[in-house]
Amino acid sequence: MIQNLLRVEKYFDSPIEKLQVKKESRNQSEVDQIFKTHKPHISVRNLNVYLTKNHILKNVNLDIPDKAITCIIGPSGCGKTTLLKTFNRLLQNSTDVKIEGDVLVDGENIHGKNVDIEGIRKKMGLLSQRPCPLPMSIFDNIAYGPRIHGIGRKKTLKIMVEKYLEEAGLWEEVKDRLKSPATSLSIGQQQRLCLARGLAVKPEIILGDEATSALDPISSKKIEELFLKLKDQYSIVLVTHTLRQARRIADYVVFMYLGEVIEAGPAAEIFSNPKEKLTREYLDGYFS
Amino acid sequence: MRKLEEKIFKVLMIAATLAIVISLFMILVGILKRGLPAMSWDMVSKIPGGGFYIGKEGGLLNAIVGSLYIVIGSISLGLIFSLPIVLYLNLYLPEKSRLAQFTRLSFDVLFGIPSIVYGAFGFTLMVYLGLRSSLFAGILTVTILIIPILIRSIDEVMRRVPKEMKDAALSLGATRSEIIKPILRQVAPGIVTAILLSVGRGIGDAASVLFTAGYTDSIPTSLSQPVATLPLAIFFQLSSPIAEVQDRAYAAALILTLIVLLLSVAARFYSRKFSKNKI
Repeated sequence: MIQNLLRVEKYFDSPIEKLQVKKESRNQSEVDQIFKTHKPHISVRNLNVYLTKNHILKNVNLDIPDKAITCIIGPSGCGKTTLLKTFNRLLQNSTDVKIEGDVLVDGENIHGKNVDIEGIRKKMGLLSQRPCPLPMSIFDNIAYGPRIHGIGRKKTLKIMVEKYLEEAGLWEEVKDRLKSPATSLSIGQQQRLCLARGLAVKPEIILGDEATSALDPISSKKIEELFLKLKDQYSIVLVTHTLRQARRIADYVVFMYLGEVIEAGPAAEIFSNPKEKLTREYLDGYFS
Repeated sequence: MRKLEEKIFKVLMIAATLAIVISLFMILVGILKRGLPAMSWDMVSKIPGGGFYIGKEGGLLNAIVGSLYIVIGSISLGLIFSLPIVLYLNLYLPEKSRLAQFTRLSFDVLFGIPSIVYGAFGFTLMVYLGLRSSLFAGILTVTILIIPILIRSIDEVMRRVPKEMKDAALSLGATRSEIIKPILRQVAPGIVTAILLSVGRGIGDAASVLFTAGYTDSIPTSLSQPVATLPLAIFFQLSSPIAEVQDRAYAAALILTLIVLLLSVAARFYSRKFSKNKI
């Protein structure tokens, strides 16, 4: 593990601007095969997070590949969700939070000063554990994002609503009742509505916080299929409890334990040949 | 044994409910019994004529309109102050902020202060500002009286807005002021309840308007004129030795009750319409 960390650290020692240039040499450095084809979209460097003086994330160093599905796995309470929330700065809304270290999105440190928080959040669609529609109609839910970002024309909004509902595979089911409350949808439909709502602000990244755990098997399957369809256009980061889901859809896997990243790598590699004992034990189901 | 326990509790619960419903019913019957004979179209359509207070003709229109003026004015003024305060407490201050805790405590204390104290405070304020007893002073005092009710009850519903909903809106890139709209939609029924509570308190309170709004037999045409209110109409007529005038106090009480009832029904109807999108 130490060896692995050292390798990762060496890799992160170079400032982000140089990362672009050094892309070729990284291929030889055999850190991660996946970054041959996917450049890092989110980079986490020496991240430490304290919640009410508990050390939740311990020196996390991580790279999230672009246009691929990254699954963060690990037992509950290992800091997966906390890590996800540092990506769009929602963590700051809680009390007693201390964040050290950097999270770079497209090379920009989102925890730096004078950062446009709304701009960062707009880059990332968030799917929470339970779908959380806004108290509005189906149409207004999708249109909420575009509206706050300055699109007011009814015609444009209509086109956008149809487009993103289509993209989330919900258009056929709701096209006749766009005016009815979002809560009239089933919970699986609500989750797809939330996905469509997130897509409507044109994000680059989709963050999923156990996005399928509250759904029935059929709805989760639909969501998973959507993720697979969307990964060509978006970087998708999913926190998941279910290993099977990670096996099904992940391109890149991050295994966390007690606030530390134990191992990260391409899914095939992690699942077939984990380097760390802890990872192997977790994958074999010794603890969960 | 456990079955017996269950039964005892059931009896206790039913007894408590009945006691309250029956006493409410008795109050209503009392008002109806003495107020209904004194009720007439004149009562709600005319202002007091000469000799109204010794049993001659006239009505209570001055007090009805006065009470409505005061309540509408103070609710509007109260909302203008309390909504920003509640939004600030819930959206802008961190969860366990000292300032928020202190503010909530202050409003809890203000909640419990008797209305005569507000009346006295309003009176001092009036003297200080050089106002005479007037509609404006009455509205101001009743506003101060109901602001703690508005704030505490809207605050309670706003605290129950799921954090996920705020996060969902924020993660779309909304600023904190932009998430006010969905939050207000979510708490709209709660705001209606808060308004109802404060209407009930504001329209029925005699002590706060006693010094500040004054009393008059005419309907005010400007904010600086004194204004009559239903609670004071009840109070003055009830202290009359003439039985007929006393009965009119009951008629006034009946009108007051009906206004509150009507407002409640209307508000509930509209709040259901508002809340159809509530999650």
